[in-house]
Amino acid sequence: MSIYLNKDSKVIVQGITGGEGTKHTRLMLKAGTNIVGGVNARKAGTTVSHEDKDGNAVELPVFGSVKEAMEKTGADVSVAFVPPAFAKDAAIEAIEAEIPLLVVITEGIPVQDSAEFFALSQSKTGEDGKPKTRIIGPNCPGIITPGEALAGITPATITGSGPIGLVSKSGTLTYQMMFELNDFGFSTAIGIGGDPVIGTTHIDALEAFEADPDTKAIVMIGEIGGDAEERAAEFIKANVTKPVVGYVAGFTAPEGKTMGHAGAIVSGSSGTAQAKKEALEAAGVKVGKTPSETAELMREIMKGLA
Amino acid sequence: MDLYEYQARDLFEKHGVPVLAGIVAQTPEEAKAAAEKIGGVTVVKAQVKVGGRGKAGGVKVAKTADEAYEHAKAILGMDIKGHTVHQVMIAQGADIAEEYYFSVLLDRANRTYLAMCSVEGGMEIEQLAEERPEALAKVPVSALTGIDAETAQKIVDEAGFPEELKSEVAAVIQKLWGVFDKEDATLVEVNPLVKTGDGKILALDGKVSLDDNAGFRQEGHAALVDERTEDPLEAKAKENDLNYVKLDGQVGVIGNGAGLVMSTLDVVAYAGENHGGVKPANFLDIGGGANAEVMANGLDVILGDEQVKSVFVNVFGGITSCDAVANGIVKALEILGDTATKPLVVRLDGNNVEEGRRILDEANHPLVTLAATMDEGADKAAELAHAAN
Repeated sequence: MSIYLNKDSKVIVQGITGGEGTKHTRLMLKAGTNIVGGVNARKAGTTVSHEDKDGNAVELPVFGSVKEAMEKTGADVSVAFVPPAFAKDAAIEAIEAEIPLLVVITEGIPVQDSAEFFALSQSKTGEDGKPKTRIIGPNCPGIITPGEALAGITPATITGSGPIGLVSKSGTLTYQMMFELNDFGFSTAIGIGGDPVIGTTHIDALEAFEADPDTKAIVMIGEIGGDAEERAAEFIKANVTKPVVGYVAGFTAPEGKTMGHAGAIVSGSSGTAQAKKEALEAAGVKVGKTPSETAELMREIMKGLA
Repeated sequence: MDLYEYQARDLFEKHGVPVLAGIVAQTPEEAKAAAEKIGGVTVVKAQVKVGGRGKAGGVKVAKTADEAYEHAKAILGMDIKGHTVHQVMIAQGADIAEEYYFSVLLDRANRTYLAMCSVEGGMEIEQLAEERPEALAKVPVSALTGIDAETAQKIVDEAGFPEELKSEVAAVIQKLWGVFDKEDATLVEVNPLVKTGDGKILALDGKVSLDDNAGFRQEGHAALVDERTEDPLEAKAKENDLNYVKLDGQVGVIGNGAGLVMSTLDVVAYAGENHGGVKPANFLDIGGGANAEVMANGLDVILGDEQVKSVFVNVFGGITSCDAVANGIVKALEILGDTATKPLVVRLDGNNVEEGRRILDEANHPLVTLAATMDEGADKAAELAHAAN
């Protein structure tokens, strides 16, 4: 089991013919992902050549639109590798086509564009009242269910399948944590991205991990900026019964300076790492001072669960 | 990027928001000429990106152009909360009858926009929000529709404007939405929005923050950067497309990925507690690439910081393999040659790490020390920085 993505997911790649799209389509196939095609309106009707995880040649069809790709292949996940200037249109196309999961990898999308396509996704709800399209990202490494599927750019070789669920704003910290705990393995690891407006939040992922029977414990990685970690802490206190270990990056970040991610900025007294750590600890989350200490805390929990 | 008041005023004017005449001046002579051109009573206002300039003596009323000259002379060069005043704006004097407040901003928590409006303007909005929250209308704005006529009406209704003013204020609010929308802003604030003695609505003072990610479609925005206030090392890094922030410590830091680099700064600061209190000198994210050129450019910027005594390179090889990073470091040191003088502690982990470590071992560069873990590397770099201090 896993959250959001598994071996049965049928994945298409928006921007499959571009440089990044080509490279990561290759890596996603190697990780076992069932990629069923791609989208590029100008190259519709052609195919791209790749190899599956066993080294067999595969020809992936390129479609003119997400809608067409879904109709022809039954795709239920799209991963977008599209430059910032075109990312909004690509996302809107996927949302209009009602793809169940859209992973936007692109970094540097204007925040008004993200706000717009997020609002659009919220406006298109199904019978259950929930949006038909779940967005992960933008500006994120995507999602991996080790041993089953990868929708994004997370290296699939770091860890295998296991009982830990991971949700993080940061890509490389995700990799670091997966590496430190690769003897246990992960159910699903999801990078939600460091932009001010993102689709899937810490809370969404925590809720899904809580409901996933194969996830036994959760690592949550946050960073300075916004109040997502504080809100996640409240959610954990009220709704999460599984053990959660946390880490927050950016204790030494000065006020008013953006630390790499567009959303990672301390404004006045809000968004500090200290405030986030305190909120998480108040919710019963064990928070590590460094990534290694955080991994150590999880190690102890896993020993207790064994 | 936060704008100066005069830049915000100019953007307001460009999008049809009613403003008074305002001319930026960098010398007392320019200030005098501006006051003459505007005529009548003017206000000389320090242009700094920090609040509280009025209390600091950075805003003065001038009855004549000569007075504007004298005020500008006093204000230019003044230090306001650590910000040097390089420019003043000479603004036309206003006949203020009432002061209001309006802003529209990105609301991260709700992933949409939020408009805030009050008929009690003039004071700091944080203070108003705390002391009289009922006087501050907060109206969510859809990212799909923006502030349309209906939303503007809702804002003026909830703020409690008198009936006879509502349509005019609503019209100005829609123009201000135009600034937010068309300029890719994340904040447009007017404080105060005023009613003049003859009943006109004007934006008297504005704050605007623009989205740096939108630079590719906002050609005019690059010209709004004030290079005088930019750190020279940050400017150099920007030229090389490096994501660099100057801090005030002794251990230079290079890593890949914003989160990992932020985390590295923290780990270096903790390690510094055991080594004379040394601190991280910078944030530098070289991203996924980490080839020799990027590494050389990064090291070049860091070594240009005289405060730096040691450098910690902390890379987790994800997509980029560690052997490529190791080759990048070796070649970067070749490129830099004699200009590289500070010790380098390198921690590599992840994809193809054995090969990466082997390459660095073989190169056996006298400045390079390998560390097995992030914590160990931070400790070593802090120790070296302390020893060299």
